[in-house]
Amino acid sequence: MSRNHAFDQRNLDWYIDKAVQALVFIGGISAVIFIIGIFLFITKEGIGFLINTLDLQEFFGSPYWEPSDEDAPEYGILALLAGTASVTGLAMLIAIPFSLGTAIYIAEFATGKTREWLKILVELLAAIPSVVWGFIGLTIMNPLIIELFDVPVGLTVLNAGIILGLMAAPIMTSIAEDALKAVPDRYREAAEALGATRWQVVFKTVLPAAKNGLLGAVLLGVGRGFGETMAVLMATGHAVNIPGSVFDSVRALTATIAAELGETAVGSDHYQVLFTIGIFLFLITFLINLTADLIVRGIRNS
Amino acid sequence: MDNHMFAATELNQKNQRTEKLVRLLFILMAGLLILPVLIILFTLVYKGSSILSIDFLFTNPTNGMTEGGIFPALLGTIWLVVVALIVSVPLGIAAAIYLSEYAPDNWGTRLINLAIINLAGVPSIVHALFGLGAFVVFFKFGTSILAASLTLAIMTLPVVIVATRESLQAVPHAFREACWNMGATRWQTIRRVVLPNAVSGILTGVILEVSRSAGETAPIMFTGAVFFSPFLPQGVMDQTMAMSLHLFVVSTQVPNVPENLPYGVALVLIGMVLIMNSISIAFRMHLRGKKKW
Repeated sequence: MSRNHAFDQRNLDWYIDKAVQALVFIGGISAVIFIIGIFLFITKEGIGFLINTLDLQEFFGSPYWEPSDEDAPEYGILALLAGTASVTGLAMLIAIPFSLGTAIYIAEFATGKTREWLKILVELLAAIPSVVWGFIGLTIMNPLIIELFDVPVGLTVLNAGIILGLMAAPIMTSIAEDALKAVPDRYREAAEALGATRWQVVFKTVLPAAKNGLLGAVLLGVGRGFGETMAVLMATGHAVNIPGSVFDSVRALTATIAAELGETAVGSDHYQVLFTIGIFLFLITFLINLTADLIVRGIRNS
Repeated sequence: MDNHMFAATELNQKNQRTEKLVRLLFILMAGLLILPVLIILFTLVYKGSSILSIDFLFTNPTNGMTEGGIFPALLGTIWLVVVALIVSVPLGIAAAIYLSEYAPDNWGTRLINLAIINLAGVPSIVHALFGLGAFVVFFKFGTSILAASLTLAIMTLPVVIVATRESLQAVPHAFREACWNMGATRWQTIRRVVLPNAVSGILTGVILEVSRSAGETAPIMFTGAVFFSPFLPQGVMDQTMAMSLHLFVVSTQVPNVPENLPYGVALVLIGMVLIMNSISIAFRMHLRGKKKW
């Protein structure tokens, strides 16, 4: 023991170093603690109802959402699910071609200043708060849709879908651009050496190589659309309805929580069912993010 | 026929035509993505600028929020953002230092990365439910700036972590090795060499977080922000008004609001956010120009 003592260099700096290591480790695992905490707390508030009162078949299968009815409350989220799905679906129809197109243009065609400016614009676009998007849906898109299509209401699937598409596109663009940039330049050079034009290089070489990353970008866009709250609350018309066309008003899962949580008493059935929706939203987005991450990580490792 | 050897064949010409068409198509797509937003911004400025004045920014709303200014909402947003930053900046920087400087490449680290991705991906309304269940009800903070800011801090934590980690990793590894070889501990290396070289990158991340927090509505709706409050907040246990929620309220909940009022609120909110983001972008570009390695 005493022989080793001479080599023991553990001075104050060594202890400070260890202390800091422990401290930053706490910072590191805080993210894990928070995500578990989120799940535990929303489950804690919603689990009682989920086990005791809720009929899962009614929950997912019934289009009737009347949680504040005193005598016979109904807790069916089918119509809300249809609302969320229709708005997200339309948003993706708009956002996927535009964001992939813009990403390809930025990564493969644009050069110099144009490229820099496009990237800055896309980044600023992504920064616009969702309540401002909702306001735009309410005040600019609404009268525009009424006038253009000669319909009585403009707060519809169409309105929210366009708004959500514009919201999701910038994020999808930057992730897709990252995926395209991750394709090694030697792929492009090899294709060019074989006499391929720029467009052939992009479509036959770069896009297949970046396939997974682009899929990841689309998935993250879907997750984003699924979870968006304020914009869909303000632009959908907020009517419980299974939409028959894009000119119908709908109501989204997220918007339902946002609109009703304030009116419910803590611990009531209505309060708890909103948390149950929250659990459902958490699990869905968790799955989407996990899948997107696995897909993107997959290409990085190979 | 020899002089035609290098002339474009029919296939070449066809390829060139496709090439031009495709290029045009992509420019069009990029343009169509940007254009509506420029039109929208222009409309906001056009309809909202008539109400903007120093008075609008620094007076209270009056007459059932149909007249007057937005001062309590503006001040409330500043409260919420500052308290959120006090929590999330140290935590986020610590997490980034761990991930960039200490974390081994194992399943634990992958778990942390996955948690960060999910923290950013969980819907804002679920963060609101968490904030209500945890901070308002369980920890008994009530609807207060503290509860709302903690919710915001957790939601925006990934912004700080990702930006900080990126700027730490941009510091060349050789800098660290040089320092270790002089006998410095890991922490001495981080404090004297890595952090000073990354500090401006971290600052960009913090500015981005300010902008994110200022614009969020759902997470603060049930945790600390109120539709209307006759008092200005005096401390972290008070409720407050906030810019984002105020825009929602004056555009959907209050009857007989003059048209330019919500446009004015939207303009101030979007102005705050875009200025923050522009500063962050300009800062980043300035840095990129200055880097010597």
